[in-house]
Amino acid sequence: MAKITMREAISQALMEEMDRDPAVFILGEEVGVWGGTYAVTKGFYDKYGAARVKDTPIAENAILGAAIGAAMVGQRPIAELMTINFAFSAMDYIVNQAAKLRYMFGGQFTLPMVIRAVGGGGRQLGATHSQTPDAIFAHFPGLKVVSPGTPEDAKGLLKSAIRSNDPILFIEHATMYQVRGEVPEGEYTIPIGKSKVQRPGKDLTIVTYCKGLELSMKAADELAKEGIEAEIVDLRTLRPLDMEPVLESFKKTNRAIVVEEGWKSYGVGSEVVSRIYEEAFDYVDAPILRVAQKEVPLPYNRTLEQAALPQVPDIIVAAKEVLK
Amino acid sequence: MKKEQLLDLYYQMVLIRRVEERGAELYQAGKIGGFMHLYIGQEAVSTGLIAAREPRDRVITAYRDHGVALNCGISSNEVMAELLGKATGMSKGKGGSMHMADTSKNMWGGHAIVGGHLPIASGLALGDQYAGNDNVTICMFGDGATNIGYFHEALNLAKTWGLRVLWVCENNQYGMGTAVERASAVTEIRQKAEGYGMKNGQADGMDVMKVYEAAREAIDYIRKEGQPYLLEVDTYRFRGHSMGDPERYRKAEEVKQWQENDPIGIFNKYLLDKKAATRKQLDEIEARVEEEVTKAVEFAEASPEPTMEDLFKDIYADN
Repeated sequence: MAKITMREAISQALMEEMDRDPAVFILGEEVGVWGGTYAVTKGFYDKYGAARVKDTPIAENAILGAAIGAAMVGQRPIAELMTINFAFSAMDYIVNQAAKLRYMFGGQFTLPMVIRAVGGGGRQLGATHSQTPDAIFAHFPGLKVVSPGTPEDAKGLLKSAIRSNDPILFIEHATMYQVRGEVPEGEYTIPIGKSKVQRPGKDLTIVTYCKGLELSMKAADELAKEGIEAEIVDLRTLRPLDMEPVLESFKKTNRAIVVEEGWKSYGVGSEVVSRIYEEAFDYVDAPILRVAQKEVPLPYNRTLEQAALPQVPDIIVAAKEVLK
Repeated sequence: MKKEQLLDLYYQMVLIRRVEERGAELYQAGKIGGFMHLYIGQEAVSTGLIAAREPRDRVITAYRDHGVALNCGISSNEVMAELLGKATGMSKGKGGSMHMADTSKNMWGGHAIVGGHLPIASGLALGDQYAGNDNVTICMFGDGATNIGYFHEALNLAKTWGLRVLWVCENNQYGMGTAVERASAVTEIRQKAEGYGMKNGQADGMDVMKVYEAAREAIDYIRKEGQPYLLEVDTYRFRGHSMGDPERYRKAEEVKQWQENDPIGIFNKYLLDKKAATRKQLDEIEARVEEEVTKAVEFAEASPEPTMEDLFKDIYADN
């Protein structure tokens, strides 16, 4: 096992897949000469050239439209959105086109494409550059939504996403590129649509993903000092949602909280909690709580921004509440 | 063009007209649902364009797509079946009037979001450029689509990257019910290509031969130069925007005036004047179409509905 950063993990996945399959190419704003706004594709332009690492105009409809068209005729584009907030400028291509074209034309072609997008708050970028709108995208059948929380998962899931024949939105977190973690040596992939227990425990279940995983792991360490053993289930993929490990854990602990960075209303937590109530109602010993972002557009001011985002103490409070 | 080819174009135009006339009847009888946009009056445009392509060249269009589908070689049986939502339609009854595609015939769809397919057309051409071939993508759209951002992003990308796209604006004078001059800063749509340094031209869309010649010239340029081209084609739809159009935005005299330039009538006269066909031959084609369309309706009506299993099919390619 090697310990690498999230940035390195994603970069390695892209490079390995580009080496493996000539149909794979990257397009997006500043992915080439600049090396990627978050330096994920640093060195790619020199290695693969302008034909495979394509700098685009600042035109999200063109980027995603071009990716869809190229995928329809058999290429494997990886389109990068500089931030997921810009996905709203090209919402049509994600929800009306990528998610629907295959079905609408009776399965005549596949759409082997990945949309990489950076989301999340905490960098004082203001309300329009800090959102965690993952749940919106997970709403649409036809799209798959992946959002890893560890370098190991990021690498393995991204490699699977690039090999997949379906359109996949791959959501990364802006504050997690320096997160370090163990990654297996050599070739490996991780299947899309599989949740995973990231920390075993017996007292309560914490369901989370992406940035929420980092926060929940810290909260679990704190809880452990007080003798509370939280089991953490990382969703990793939001659509298709794999509830099996969640339900299995819940049937053991009978208590759960859901931690996500997005807003609470109509969020990932709302979905997970509904599913637990629908599928494991007899096992419920306490109301299931959601820890999420306050219902405000994220402000620039650091103190206010941090107050709006879910924090480790919020998770600890919620965990103790469901254990009462 | 050889006589047989000319007669085939005539056949295609009459086929589009009759398929749509029967389609309109079936719509009014409640057998076709949703929105249905007829191409009647514009038949010369796609017939001329598609006659100018090689089979390897791709075609993508908007929701007024029945004619394009037929010109690309999709059978009238499949078109009629798709209109009726049957499993035997080319989109298996899941697309309907606005979403007809057959990728084996290089027809990449009817697309119903105005302008939405233009960046996708750039993408089809990008796929070909990436693969290293010189296929051309013919992308058709209405005048209304040239006012939306997609148009500008798609044209800019195509010119910047040297993508082989023939952009064809079918200027039928109205975006739904809004006349071109009420919605577009310039009424001569080809001028919009100038802003992207893109070669452009204009053709009379009521004359199939003129469309064909203009398209051939454009496609030759695109293939040779590795550059896009915008062709504006002036045309007119004789029917409403869709089946539920009260047509309050245009006068009956205007429609009548254009109908005097019926593209089928013009081509009929051309063929006779040029002695490319006899009256008898043209009558025979019309009779053949009549029979074909009757059979297509029978085929569609007798075809099975998609099953409940089909409801969940083809959402994803992988499990």
